[in-house]
Amino acid sequence: MKILVPLKRVADPDNANKVKVPADGSKVETTGLEWKPNPFDEYAVEAALRLTENGAQNKVRAGEVVVVTLGPKECETTLRAMLATGADRAIRIEADDDQLDGNVVALALKAIVDKEKPDFVLMGKQAVDGDTNQVGQFLAEYLGWPMATAAATIVEEAGALHVGREVDGGVINLKVKAPGLVTVDLRITAPTSVYSSQTKRDFKYNDGVRFAPLPAIMKAKKKPLDVLKLGDLVADTSLRVIYKKFEPPQGRKAGVKVKDVAELVDKLKNEAKVI
Amino acid sequence: MADVLVVAELAGGQIRKATHSAITFAREAAGHLGGGFSILVIGQGAAAAAAQLTDFGATKVYTTEITSVNGYVCEHYAPTVAELAKQFAVVVATATAYGKDLIPRVAAKLGAGYAADISGVSHENGLMYKRPIYAGNAFGYVQISTPIQAVTVRQSEFTAAQPAGGASPVENVAAVAPSAGADRVEFISFDQVKSERPELTEASVVVSGGRACKEKFFEVLNPLADLFGAAIGATRAACDAGYAPGDLQVGQTGKIVAPDLYFAFGLSGAIQHLAGMKGSKVIVAVNKDPEAPIFSVADYGLVADLFQVIPELVQQIKAVKE
Ligand SMILES: Cc1cc2nc3c(=O)[nH]c(=O)nc-3n(C[C@H](O)[C@H](O)[C@H](O)COP(=O)(O)OP(=O)(O)OC[C@H]3O[C@@H](n4cnc5c(N)ncnc54)[C@H](O)[C@@H]3O)c2cc1C
Ligand SMILES: Nc1ncnc2c1ncn2[C@@H]1O[C@H](COP(=O)(O)O)[C@@H](O)[C@H]1O
Repeated sequence: MKILVPLKRVADPDNANKVKVPADGSKVETTGLEWKPNPFDEYAVEAALRLTENGAQNKVRAGEVVVVTLGPKECETTLRAMLATGADRAIRIEADDDQLDGNVVALALKAIVDKEKPDFVLMGKQAVDGDTNQVGQFLAEYLGWPMATAAATIVEEAGALHVGREVDGGVINLKVKAPGLVTVDLRITAPTSVYSSQTKRDFKYNDGVRFAPLPAIMKAKKKPLDVLKLGDLVADTSLRVIYKKFEPPQGRKAGVKVKDVAELVDKLKNEAKVI
Repeated sequence: MADVLVVAELAGGQIRKATHSAITFAREAAGHLGGGFSILVIGQGAAAAAAQLTDFGATKVYTTEITSVNGYVCEHYAPTVAELAKQFAVVVATATAYGKDLIPRVAAKLGAGYAADISGVSHENGLMYKRPIYAGNAFGYVQISTPIQAVTVRQSEFTAAQPAGGASPVENVAAVAPSAGADRVEFISFDQVKSERPELTEASVVVSGGRACKEKFFEVLNPLADLFGAAIGATRAACDAGYAPGDLQVGQTGKIVAPDLYFAFGLSGAIQHLAGMKGSKVIVAVNKDPEAPIFSVADYGLVADLFQVIPELVQQIKAVKE
């Protein structure tokens, strides 16, 4: 099975409260924040690796995982990190973040899919900087492919993916045949979330994403990383969604600490008047 | 073309209340554009459910029965929504799991730009959408350059529309053939999580628990939630550990809630969690760690063990309420 995983690098999401909006509202500054792979995309890489191996013998790869990003040169660090955890090849499409919106990203990814012809595209459900949750849906439409978004579980059977989508009020179970697209949700990296047809159903993965051993990090430096130009892939790169200005959120002030339950109940009744 | 199309959401043959937030948006946006709005009810039981939306002031309520599939599958819904949306300036749904799946695909079909999960709309040479980014740590104002615009709205920011009287005409529209690729996706089942509690996004009181509630999650939170008829929420850590089902997760990538009263028990207050609840009117936090970040947004904080606090709290609130 061949899987393509698009991934974005984002400013450290665990410190998102340190982003700054200058007084003129012209941008969001993330200076000082480390670049990290978008967590959902990291999870998608992990899911793709699980689908291309027998979990019990994961040194032997059974399939191909190709990672692709749109971004400046510094994104290659993220790509190399994914090559170290087990992806086979990487592609970077040269672009600045402000040249991109969900549509342009999806158009570029479509061009890559047309060339690479993967069985499945696996990707994050959302990039946690812009929080738009759209590229997967756009890409599936442009490809004319079936999709399953927000996957919490994926089980492969004879080349088709049984996907459990986490939705309001429960889980929708879909069966998606190749070629198809799946976007993944948080719980996709739980120990029993993803099974290839080779992995026995009683096998349990470690929780979370796998780490790259040192030799793999060295070897990853030699794995192929192609660089392409956005203009060669997408004819019309005009933006459909344009950010006009930015604003910091209204701060919320910490209130008071109460000493015990009696004081809390008193405040809730007499001050906040919510009981 | 200055009208707005609201895509309603069905669950078990009923209109989900989330739909009323998209209607609130539609009234506002149509006001800015000098137009009106219509509603599309699509899915199994659409025709029967349409009556629930005829008194909101819509120009028309369209209905489409989907018979080609046994549950919700985007590829079977998007073509019909897109076809009808061609007559409108804006197509909108609420940013639920359903809206977030469907509307971007409809947008792609229409060549429309998409503003996701917006928290406000205004007008400056065209509609301007306000949307949270970086887990709500900044807001962006966006405009869409395409003739048709696609939007999902945050339920907690658009108060549910109230009926306005009148009787919108109902019109049936035929389903459009499913998208290319639809033959490669099969609906297997919907595993429903049944709950007697109100929905998280609609409750006026939410009682949330974190990792610290452990396997006693519901046992410890239920009595307090019962007192208020509250919804129960959870952190990612609590959901990941299996203490609570995934659809109770509150946060950046879960449900966004803004109740009158939010209780946070044994949760640290990670950025991703705060993103989903810091719009609540009154926040109460109970945590053993005085440095827990949740205290930075809590109106009332109590440094204590939740397993001791909750029974006491239940008892004392009962006493006060009587
Ligand atoms: C991409 C991504 C998306 C995410 N999205 C979300 C999201 O939508 N929602 C979300 O919630 N998280 C989300 N997270 C996870 C988030 O970063 C935190 O890991 C998570 O919120 C922590 O959950 P917690 O507060 O329950 O656990 P912890 O951080 O472990 O906190 C437990 C707290 O309980 C306290 N405690 C322990 N025992 C007791 C006791 N007996 N009485 C009282 N207090 C006690 C401790 O002091 C501690 O503060 C996301 C993470 C990522 C990477
Ligand atoms: N610049 C990018 N390069 C590669 N993939 C991207 C990029 N931006 C978004 N994506 C992919 O699209 C998914 C959804 O992102 P979004 O729709 O922006 O929230 C992400 O999880 C990535 O897999």
